[in-house]
Amino acid sequence: MAVEIYKEKYRSQVREVVLGATSADGGTRSHTIKVGGETALPFLHFEGENPNRPVIAMEVWDIVPEDWPANLKACFEDVYNDAAAWAKKCVEEYGADMIALRFKSADPDIKDAPVEECIVTLKKVLAAVGVPLIVYGCGKAEKDNTIMGPLAEAAEGENLLLGVAEQDNYKSVASAAMAYKHSVIAQSPIDINIAKQLNILISEMSTPLLDRIVIDPTIAALGYGIEYSYSIMERARFGALNGDRMLAMPMIGNVGHEVWSKKEAIISAEEQPGWGDQAERSMAWEATTAMALLQAGMDILVMRHPGAVKLVKQSIDELMQDNSY
Amino acid sequence: MIIIGERINGMFRDIAKAIREKDPRPVQEWARKQEAMGAGYLDINVGPAVADRVSAMKWLVEVTQEASKLPLCLDSTDYDAIEAGLEVCKRPAMINSVPAIQEKMDRVFTMAAKYDAEVIGLAMNEAGIPKDAESRVALAMELVANCDAYGIPIDKLYIDPLALPCNVGQDHGPEVFETLRQIKLLSDPPPKTTVGLSNISQGTKNRELINRIFAVMAMACGLDSAICDACDEELVAAVATARILLNKDIYCDSYVDVFKSQNQ
Repeated sequence: MAVEIYKEKYRSQVREVVLGATSADGGTRSHTIKVGGETALPFLHFEGENPNRPVIAMEVWDIVPEDWPANLKACFEDVYNDAAAWAKKCVEEYGADMIALRFKSADPDIKDAPVEECIVTLKKVLAAVGVPLIVYGCGKAEKDNTIMGPLAEAAEGENLLLGVAEQDNYKSVASAAMAYKHSVIAQSPIDINIAKQLNILISEMSTPLLDRIVIDPTIAALGYGIEYSYSIMERARFGALNGDRMLAMPMIGNVGHEVWSKKEAIISAEEQPGWGDQAERSMAWEATTAMALLQAGMDILVMRHPGAVKLVKQSIDELMQDNSY
Repeated sequence: MIIIGERINGMFRDIAKAIREKDPRPVQEWARKQEAMGAGYLDINVGPAVADRVSAMKWLVEVTQEASKLPLCLDSTDYDAIEAGLEVCKRPAMINSVPAIQEKMDRVFTMAAKYDAEVIGLAMNEAGIPKDAESRVALAMELVANCDAYGIPIDKLYIDPLALPCNVGQDHGPEVFETLRQIKLLSDPPPKTTVGLSNISQGTKNRELINRIFAVMAMACGLDSAICDACDEELVAAVATARILLNKDIYCDSYVDVFKSQNQ
């Protein structure tokens, strides 16, 4: 008698979220992207479906990223004065599946740019690339609350992924998404209970939004507590697969943002000879962080270095190959 | 603990009247109400007052399904009535119930296999309800063996250790908890468990309090489901809380509301 190999069975699945909208649905994207829909743990194709491959969004700023290390800046030096050209380069040259546009200029401590300026940039980027967009504010809630609504209105129907809704400040982003047909990033501070509660709060504003939420569990870079993020993500995913509707959302992680502020990514080989070449090390640090998170169920990776993106895309290609038996 | 809503039962006057007059409204109202309160199944029992139990069961199943998508738990000692109900069920149902008596098990497990139904098995036989846990577990094992012999996955079998009113059979209480624990060791995967919750408080003055305390104590011993009053808010909140404390659900501030809405 043949040995029957035990397979885990789950009774539920992760919600499938569609990002972007084509002209058929009131947008201008050349295509949409689906994330989520898993019926088993990541890449265990023999236990269930992983119908949609994880995607990589490359980060684009609307100001010159002065603080980025030279080896990262060099990848965009011909375009980083121009968000539209930068986005185009990411898609056409570096193979980004999506663009994550960050309105750093709106930061009151940087340029305090008015929302009208941000809208011009957003429209240029939308015109320059056909991929679905993620739109982040400057990260300062007070200002972001004033710009997310107008940005959402200016791109009505595009089904942007708007970031971020937090437990203490979710209404402006959620209502912008609701009113102008976008999706929402629900961010919680490495806390599964808050992640769940936030999804409930958003769904209480609008039940249909439940199918347009992407969870940002807040991730850490390799060496900085990634195991906490990992275990939170794993627990959320087990919850989703076992029927917890309020945690059954795809997940997004700001890999580039976390990695590129850490000393392992920045410090030169002269300062730390034992660590090896900084350019190679930093890229590997970003790629390794991303790959670990893929195993925990990350659906959208927001990344920066094209070299790291390339490595992770190759890895996703391999992981998505059928291993069912 | 999965709540099997007990309210669609001909023992209740409004349901008995609805069955007599073929008026679907009270039935459908209770179906919706129990679903909204977090019931996972709806128990369907035509009650004692009906002459033609077969056609009454068929009617009850049909009108309930118009109002709710929940799976049904067909509750009768008349297996012809259960079979009539199974025939019209749109989703796999649960058969309530069969004792560990061979000819009854043969009839019920045959039906269960045919209609892909789950089965509630009672830890009793011709001699009645045993007093101690060991004898209850022995009967549970007979149910498990028969279930398996009919090719039905063991996790589709729900064993009811049979709780008696606490003011009559007080000494049965600890035996029931012990039985629940031991049932989980009978097979791998183990059978599931259930109880008729309101039995425990029959004839007492603190029925709701006794019901919900028993429910959470039994959950800690491995109780998977109970036929009970889904509209008892305190019971539902206690069950939701016990699920959090047993790490069955992930905590969030609105966990009671989440529990109630889980089947919707």
